[in-house]
Amino acid sequence: MGRVNNSLASWMHKRPKVRLLALLAAPGLWLVIAYLGALGALLITAFFTINNFTGDTIPGFSLGNFHDMVTDPAYRNVMFRTLGIALSVTLICSVIAIPMAFFMAKVAKPRSQKFLVALVLTPLWASYLVKIYAWRSMLEPKTGVIDWLLSPLGIHSPGFGGPAIIIGLSYLWLPYMILPIYAGLERLPNSLLDASGDLGAHNFYTFRKVILPLIFPSLVAGSMFTFSLSLGDYITAQIIGGKLQMLGNVVYQNFSINLPFAATIATIPVTIMALYLWLVRRTGALASL
Amino acid sequence: MTLTNKARYALMSLMGVGLAFIYIPLSVVVINSFNASRTFSWPPTDLSLKWWSKAAANTGVRQALGWSISAGLTATAIALLLGTCLAFAVSRYEFFGKGIISLLVVLPISLPGVVTGIALSNAFTQQLGISTSLLTVIIGHATFCIVVVYNNALARLRRMGTSLQEASMDLGANGFTTFRLITLPNLASALFAGGLLAFGLSFDEIVVTTFTAGPGIQTLPIWIYNNLFRPNQAPVVNVVAATLVVFSVLPIYLSQRLSQDSTSGGRF
Repeated sequence: MGRVNNSLASWMHKRPKVRLLALLAAPGLWLVIAYLGALGALLITAFFTINNFTGDTIPGFSLGNFHDMVTDPAYRNVMFRTLGIALSVTLICSVIAIPMAFFMAKVAKPRSQKFLVALVLTPLWASYLVKIYAWRSMLEPKTGVIDWLLSPLGIHSPGFGGPAIIIGLSYLWLPYMILPIYAGLERLPNSLLDASGDLGAHNFYTFRKVILPLIFPSLVAGSMFTFSLSLGDYITAQIIGGKLQMLGNVVYQNFSINLPFAATIATIPVTIMALYLWLVRRTGALASL
Repeated sequence: MTLTNKARYALMSLMGVGLAFIYIPLSVVVINSFNASRTFSWPPTDLSLKWWSKAAANTGVRQALGWSISAGLTATAIALLLGTCLAFAVSRYEFFGKGIISLLVVLPISLPGVVTGIALSNAFTQQLGISTSLLTVIIGHATFCIVVVYNNALARLRRMGTSLQEASMDLGANGFTTFRLITLPNLASALFAGGLLAFGLSFDEIVVTTFTAGPGIQTLPIWIYNNLFRPNQAPVVNVVAATLVVFSVLPIYLSQRLSQDSTSGGRF
């Protein structure tokens, strides 16, 4: 046994191509066939049509679905609404995350730093559904926590709808924004901030002219999560969105009744993400990460 | 950096507000599970433990937990195997299409879950003609879990370099022995972190699961979702939700103790 093992080992040692093939075969086949194949098939389905009576898909090439998607103002509205929600979530997450990350990286004592990171990370492991469910209890009109806590101050819960979706998604993805900014700030040498202060810059001026440009790549990295995860979401809208629909909801609803059209709508978030990645790549933000 | 006291306090209070924003909703979930009343109203007027025992005895919850765990463990095992192989290939060899394969591995987690979900469902039921089951859930989960194992293993392999391996082989160990005695022990904690995160992702996944689960198969998130809007199940849902919140501390504790590679567990 040991001898066979040895000769196999030396046989493979002399053949790097065989070793590489052995390593690549399983993951390569899995990703290419199970995943890329499925994605390709879905894209092709977007050009199919369905039989209006039986609901069966009819293979063929038709741009009808894309035509419907572009011309029907309802879908355009959903698309712009989803984009608006994803952008708002990204903006809100950055505004909350920057001071938190700054405090964690530059103000907190080293001992509490690790603890704060753990505090920010923990909710990532709490279930997605539970977190949105929590916001149902928070936002419930009249009997919810927000109305109980803030109505003495004259603030009332926005109820279920667009604002609720934005709050819920910001809550879900906030840690994804804090962590890269924190990592970026940790790498930023304190001497730069000191130098800026010594040269007479106020704190806010230092922030605007020194810190912000240097952590921009981290912001972009965080935005990839907040933006892309919001873009395709539909569960949050189902639970706290009231009657409001996002692109994901349209895909979900059409999935069982008109698969080709669901596939067509699904190309929107994928295209937007691809454009976003291309834009990010052009600014060179990712190269300096 | 020399901050004025005012700025220091301002930052500290913003940190406090941020943490309150993160933790108030989670606390609400935990407190709500002790709410004696069947219907939700804040603040709870009566506290009780009765829903906890009801939930523990609930067969639907137990069965869902079992399905979640078996799907999670199997998907993690597949992801560990495939992710590690891929990390070795990318870190130790040069080959055509390397850029494409490293893009392909992150794609399942970067594209919206609903896209991955309907693509897999369509491929299984329409193209391949196989009906959805627990197996299809596992295939779906493994697909997006590969990347986290891959990220963790790749970072570790790059940091490790090849000198230890070369030393071992110079001393007469063959490739397999070197892998068993040198490479694997050095890689173990990174694989643990990756595996933990993979299991966590699978355990929490709902979108891809919705589209790939066979009839009657309910993982825990699917069970919660199906019972979320049923008023008479609300107290049990509350208890399950609270349990998941409390247990989210566990992986953080484990990963902080066992791996110093990265605080995010390789999500980035």
